[in-house]
Amino acid sequence: MIRKYAVILILGLFVLMLLPLLTELTPFQELSPVAQKYAGEGPDALGSANLVTSVVVTYRGMDTLGEVAVLFAAAAGVGFFLRRKEKRPAPGKREASALLKTGTAFLLPLILLVGVFVFTHGHLTPGGGFQGGVLIASAVVLFLFANRSASVSRTILQWTESLSGVFYVAMGALGLLLAAGFLDSRFLPPGEFGKLFSAGAIPVIYSLIGLKVGSELVGIIDNMRGGAE
Amino acid sequence: MISVFIIVTGMLMIAAGVLAVHQKHLLSAVILAGVISLLASVLYIVLAAPDVAMTEAAIGSALTTIVFLFALKKIREQDKHD
Repeated sequence: MIRKYAVILILGLFVLMLLPLLTELTPFQELSPVAQKYAGEGPDALGSANLVTSVVVTYRGMDTLGEVAVLFAAAAGVGFFLRRKEKRPAPGKREASALLKTGTAFLLPLILLVGVFVFTHGHLTPGGGFQGGVLIASAVVLFLFANRSASVSRTILQWTESLSGVFYVAMGALGLLLAAGFLDSRFLPPGEFGKLFSAGAIPVIYSLIGLKVGSELVGIIDNMRGGAE
Repeated sequence: MISVFIIVTGMLMIAAGVLAVHQKHLLSAVILAGVISLLASVLYIVLAAPDVAMTEAAIGSALTTIVFLFALKKIREQDKHD
């Protein structure tokens, strides 16, 4: 009984804490100075049609590198705790239904294509490395559901992940050497605004992020699944 | 019109959240948690944030649900062993 009242009391205090947010909330009438700078000079300086991408990859590139590092740590943690020498999915386990198998055969290439499109066109259309990587990982999950006995090659996963990570940091260092600073994308020519090969190094960096995120998430799923050798 | 849509979607999200907490069946709870993310991604599209909407739909409603399902399966297997 006393516990119930304590919970209600804590909830009440929480409401009291958050109440000023509601009462003193005024909608923004204009962008903050930093946002104004990004929105004003971003398209001209970086040549990326999608402003969100130029903020994520170049202006706040360091944060993105941090996010990728966090994801890597999470994947490593899952691998560390869940990687057990488990036998392959026991024989006699029922096969996936014909419906799932046929659907997968039809959908898999489409999902993979959309995934690659999303991260190679990150500087033109919404989305980018993270979203594309997750799409590719979900395609792999679908494949694993449809083919119970299939397994993911650890070697390919690890090499894709490591190489894309190394090249991502190398691109950052190139920006430091050839342009204004770490992860500056302007060391490659800006190209024509709105074309696939434009916006300097942004598409290259975002594709590397896509590959890295995709292989990390596939690794997590594979470890959760009980892992195969 | 848009604010009505936002309010209705928000209410549905809250309802799904409350249902997920009170669900006895764990599988339904996991799926309800995925529904919250799916509704959130619809909201992000209405609020003109397609980048965030894609992330929410792909990670929140798809991948997280799958990871939870795998975890559920693992826990059940372990229970059987003990």
